[in-house]
Amino acid sequence: MHLGLTEPVRECQYNQICTRNSSPMENVGHTKKRSPQRKWQIFPGRNRFYCNGRLMMARQTGVFYLTLVLIIVTSGLFFTFDCPFLASNLTPAIPVVGGMLLIFVLGMLFRAGFTDPGVLPRATPDEAAFLERQMDATNGSSGPGYRPPPRIKEVVINGQTVKLKYCFTCKIFRPPRTSHCSLCDNCVERFDHHCPWVGNCVGKRNYRFFYLFILSLSFLTVFIFAFVITHVILRSNRTGFLSALKDSPARYPFTKGNCQMLSHITPRSQAGSKHSEVPISVDACVCALVSVWFVAMRACGFYRRWSAFLDGVGLTVLEVVVCFFSVWSIVGLSGFHTYLISSNQTTNEDIKGSWSTKRAKDNYNPYSHGNVLTNCCAALCGPLPPSLIDRRGLIQPDTPQPAPLSNGSSGYTTQLHTHMCDQEQCIQSTKFVLQAATTPLLHSGPVVIGRGGPPLSGKSSLGVTCSSLAPNQPSLPSSMPGLSCAGDMLALRDPETHCHHHHFVSPEETPSPPGPMPLTLPCTAHAGHLNPAQLYDPASQDSLHEDSVRGLVKLSSV
Amino acid sequence: MATEFHNLQELRHTASLATKVFIQRDYSQGTICRFQTKFPSELDSRIERNLFEDTIKTLNTYYVEAEKIGGQSYMEGCLACATAYTIFLCMETRYEKVLKKISAYIQEQNEKVYAPRGLLLTDPIERGMRVIEVSVFEDRGSSGSSLSSSGSSGGSAQR
Repeated sequence: MHLGLTEPVRECQYNQICTRNSSPMENVGHTKKRSPQRKWQIFPGRNRFYCNGRLMMARQTGVFYLTLVLIIVTSGLFFTFDCPFLASNLTPAIPVVGGMLLIFVLGMLFRAGFTDPGVLPRATPDEAAFLERQMDATNGSSGPGYRPPPRIKEVVINGQTVKLKYCFTCKIFRPPRTSHCSLCDNCVERFDHHCPWVGNCVGKRNYRFFYLFILSLSFLTVFIFAFVITHVILRSNRTGFLSALKDSPARYPFTKGNCQMLSHITPRSQAGSKHSEVPISVDACVCALVSVWFVAMRACGFYRRWSAFLDGVGLTVLEVVVCFFSVWSIVGLSGFHTYLISSNQTTNEDIKGSWSTKRAKDNYNPYSHGNVLTNCCAALCGPLPPSLIDRRGLIQPDTPQPAPLSNGSSGYTTQLHTHMCDQEQCIQSTKFVLQAATTPLLHSGPVVIGRGGPPLSGKSSLGVTCSSLAPNQPSLPSSMPGLSCAGDMLALRDPETHCHHHHFVSPEETPSPPGPMPLTLPCTAHAGHLNPAQLYDPASQDSLHEDSVRGLVKLSSV
Repeated sequence: MATEFHNLQELRHTASLATKVFIQRDYSQGTICRFQTKFPSELDSRIERNLFEDTIKTLNTYYVEAEKIGGQSYMEGCLACATAYTIFLCMETRYEKVLKKISAYIQEQNEKVYAPRGLLLTDPIERGMRVIEVSVFEDRGSSGSSLSSSGSSGGSAQR
């Protein structure tokens, strides 16, 4: 009898494997025939990827292009109009050095903008479930609909207590110094800030590029401005000032950084007549910027008021205001980040005052290496960690990847190519099983879960469950081939579990039951103790039902 | 312990996954990559404590080597900066070299120590360096006996 019963069971299970292709989920199955996707295409964060996943930026990149345009246009004008004169009259090293500086600035800008800042991949379903279980164990389990209060782990780092928060989006406990960027929707290691000028977050992996970018940009703007002034002075010494102005086009659209230099020049203008030409040339040079303001003001309808203002002393005031902002923005930023690097703090920590002595008397920065030089060297010359998100990796069809969760995969299973359900199948199957479990049936959920599936050795329990559920989807619970094959008698339960386990191995192998899945454990244990008479007993049915629902809730929570 | 798993391929194809144990990071020394050496209770019956702790300690040593700030890393950093980081198009960073060593070590440990015991370590880099994932497989030998006992008891209950 045992043998006779296994035959139809195995056949049904085999049919389940086959019928997967003819199920309504067939169109999902067809997605496997497309070219293999790369992981960046299903990355859950709000990022943009270019060059097939090699470059990574934030979603809003408009300001980045503005930065690029400002730098290139200013440098372009410098090279076009000033360098020929300077190269021939002073030294050809000027355009060379300028060119090198410009290339360095652009290189650092691209590197800061396109590098992965240190994004932490979201937790895999198994990992998230493990953490949830740990948190439930420590805090007591709560109802399925209740969101527990934010979990905090305390760690002592070099004598200082640090709180690690649980990130509900990424489902991980954030490592120290990691913060979740709301713009990019990622947890970033050693999160400094989200910089719209470089179009990316600034974190562990691109902080040095960002710092070198603002530092070299300061040098570049100082360089350009100094040599523009030199050019005008030299020309005026040779040919007279007015003709100097005529020869060199005074239409230099200045970057903010260039304008900062004006603030250095302006005070000197009061020193004497020798320098009197300088503020005039400066005013002439800044008229391009002013023209931009004119356009803006006209657009705003303030033209009349502004023209009167500018005719008067407005120009100098305007220039001072603009230059003050420019000084603060570029050189000030460089100085601020130099301070942060030397004390090994992030902008985030400095703004929050995490290690400030104002918070607590014995507060100190546990990450600092002690002296300024070591801190600087560690930040700038330390080892460059690799990207933790495998952007260009291929998505393996056999890995279960629920859409909102991580893009991680079971590394050790990447070599296996088995018939595996897709994400949609998993979700659909789960929903269907939950529906099935809530209907009072003789054969409740866990038995369904216990159905065999395609050979899935080494898979996570979720994946195995999904694939085993998938064939059952199109049919009603009571008419499921597996269930009907299981028979209406409990006598079949054990041989059926045997077959189920067998199917974890391979259809060809002789049925020898390997270990049961954790979800089926309550069921099989239960099953072993029931007899056909008890099967129809409402009490045992309820307990079966309860077990199945519990099992399924666990399934759905994973 | 069943010794039927002679290699990793056999393990993957013949065993069923029972559970996964996650070894978390140890942040007591800062943000450097270091894993807790505390022996998880789920592995109590599967592997000897000292073997497991040795593996974790060796991995920690590798990570310390990768993140070491010293003469070599400074030279590499300065050279990279001088070449505007284009040098990394040609050569790989020290961190990447050590990561390759770590992958090879984990592979070797899996083959020699863990697969014969029905366990499998996953390289932490594949989990974002957050955890070491230890997959616990139910080997057919032990589980077969447990199932047959439940099967026989079930069968007897049916009769």
